[in-house]
Amino acid sequence: MDTPVNKKKLSLKEKYSYLTRDLAWEPSYQKKEDLFPYATYEGIKVHDWSKWEDPFRLTMDAYWKYQAEKERKFYAIIDAFAQNNGHLKLTDARYLSALKIFLQAISPGEYAAHKGFARTGREFPGVGPQVACQMQAIDEIRHAQTQIHAMSNYNKFYNGFHGFADQRDRIWYTSVPRSFFDDAMASGPFEFMIAIGFSFEYVLTNLLFVPFMSGAAYNGDMSTVTFGFSAQSDEARHMTLGLECIKFMLEQDPDNVPIVQKWIDKWFWRGFRVLGLVSTMMDYMLPKRVMSWREAWDIYGEENGNALFNDLARYGIRPPKGWGDAAEAVDHMSHQFMLALYQWNFGTAFHSWIPSDNDMDWLSKKYPNTFDKYYRPRWEHIKKLEANGTPFKNYGLAKNCQTCQLPCVFTEPGDPTTLCHRETEYKGEHYHFCSDHCRDIFQEEPEKYVQAWLPMPQLFQEPINGDLEAWMKWVSLVDGEDNGDYQGSHDQTSFEKWREMATSN
Amino acid sequence: MSTVFIAFQTNEETRPIIEAIELDNPAATVYQEPAMVKIDAPDELVIRRETIEEQMGREYDLQELQVNLITMSGHLSEDEDTFTLSWK
Amino acid sequence: MTVVSRKEYIGVPRDRVENFNGKQLIYVSWDQHLLFAASFLLCLPPETCFRDMVEQNLVALIEADPDAALVEWDKVVWLKGNEAWKPDWEASLADNGINHKAHLRFQTPGLNTVCG
Repeated sequence: MDTPVNKKKLSLKEKYSYLTRDLAWEPSYQKKEDLFPYATYEGIKVHDWSKWEDPFRLTMDAYWKYQAEKERKFYAIIDAFAQNNGHLKLTDARYLSALKIFLQAISPGEYAAHKGFARTGREFPGVGPQVACQMQAIDEIRHAQTQIHAMSNYNKFYNGFHGFADQRDRIWYTSVPRSFFDDAMASGPFEFMIAIGFSFEYVLTNLLFVPFMSGAAYNGDMSTVTFGFSAQSDEARHMTLGLECIKFMLEQDPDNVPIVQKWIDKWFWRGFRVLGLVSTMMDYMLPKRVMSWREAWDIYGEENGNALFNDLARYGIRPPKGWGDAAEAVDHMSHQFMLALYQWNFGTAFHSWIPSDNDMDWLSKKYPNTFDKYYRPRWEHIKKLEANGTPFKNYGLAKNCQTCQLPCVFTEPGDPTTLCHRETEYKGEHYHFCSDHCRDIFQEEPEKYVQAWLPMPQLFQEPINGDLEAWMKWVSLVDGEDNGDYQGSHDQTSFEKWREMATSN
Repeated sequence: MSTVFIAFQTNEETRPIIEAIELDNPAATVYQEPAMVKIDAPDELVIRRETIEEQMGREYDLQELQVNLITMSGHLSEDEDTFTLSWK
Repeated sequence: MTVVSRKEYIGVPRDRVENFNGKQLIYVSWDQHLLFAASFLLCLPPETCFRDMVEQNLVALIEADPDAALVEWDKVVWLKGNEAWKPDWEASLADNGINHKAHLRFQTPGLNTVCG
């Protein structure tokens, strides 16, 4: 038997150095630029990759240990949820619409982020970011899997969960996150890091996961709280990586500053458009609401964003170009977008509804300057049409924005009564946009965005050719089950019936 | 002044951690929200291993924080003994 | 630079007019009438008469607005590509210069029942 040697435990710094830095090598028989062909074409100059610091100093051994613990916690709760009819503890089955959007629009984004980080980790020449990206790639696939797994419990009982993979690719309201991730993945590794590591993780996931997951807890959805917080425990590391990447680029060379600024401008706005969906989930779809979209924005957008941009000012970085327009839009976006989702709800794989009087009073309290003036009259009119037996459906399909791919439902800055129309011509074709910022993004790289697959024009092309029934089949939407008003839906009647059964004999 | 923050899941493991943070950061404000606890502090927040160990009554590795962490804001600096968030 | 890439890259637009089986796209919107969340997308042959586009397509789409019945079409103010413009009601879309993906706006001052 070997005599045990009493070795001193490695310090965190030493361990990080052995298990990360020491894994790198200098190539001897291949040129470095052949090994890492994507490292320079974006124009980012790096002089010393060893300056990259992972503030968490997480090494693979610790990574596996803590991730395994997170998974055990997650599955313990998911099992308990399934064993105890957790779905009947919800405040109301209306809540499920928010989850369906999450599954169709956000979870596939986790999978896309996984692919992106696996690639980016390969493309960065420095070992620090290689290891960090590898961990994040594994995190992201874990998020996709745990989310799909958690929501599969709802799929056993409710409509609208079954076709998320087709809907990710084909349905109209998911093209905003899909195009966000496709755009990021079609960029170089540094831009990808700004898109996902910075814009998505640092600026957006707080708004997505934190108040929304807290909202899930409020609405009795134990399984979503669990996957949300389990994912979010990784996000803290991802945000740190995104912030580190920005600082690293800015410190390596002053020529990097304008490139980084351009990406911050672009990706902030692209991310803000993705949040259009999230804003409706928070203001309209949670039966029991934690805070309004405006309040969440004040904390996690405004306050947190300003702290970050004050800090980055020392490098010559200013807040994103769309920051002011975004702050104004926060009081309008959830209403504009929810009205859109409602009038096209024959084409959504989730239910929507006319807000109750109680909901509307809450909205006017939370949006004192906008809701009663602009949005309540529209809902009241829609309510009247419904009461008269002529419920409002908008059978006109919508103009999509060439950049964010959302229907152009947003109004002019400074004038909430006029839709914002922006267009440009490139190589003899017209292109339309929802805002100045989406148009500016197009004009920076038109050859990229002319390729956009826009869901509404697509309906009139092969293989659909304008046939709505064929379209529904193609997007895996079951008419009369997955779509339409919540009132009278299977989800509503089933939930009420089962809840009744659960509380009587 | 900018606010740094950190948020944890509400559970038995994080209770002593939050108590330790309150002891070490008198300027911090603790918000109890559904299923989570958010702690704001002006400019800087320091989490000390020793204080957590005293509150928990066992040895503690600061990397364990990651299991219950929800989100944070500020630049992070971490070693064996401290986990510091700051805007400086 | 029209795209950041390692070598020359030419994008292929996905919604060129050839992909619409002899038809074209037209976008139409009614200013200050936001009951309809976005501009309408129409897909029609370029030979379609302007009057037919309005009377057979547009009128049905805007019916849910309480102002719809009050629109006096001969007094409507039109914009094409955000600029003032006058249609020839009896001419085709093509002869009106309404090409693929053109955007038309119309204004009905004085009518703003639901919003505006």
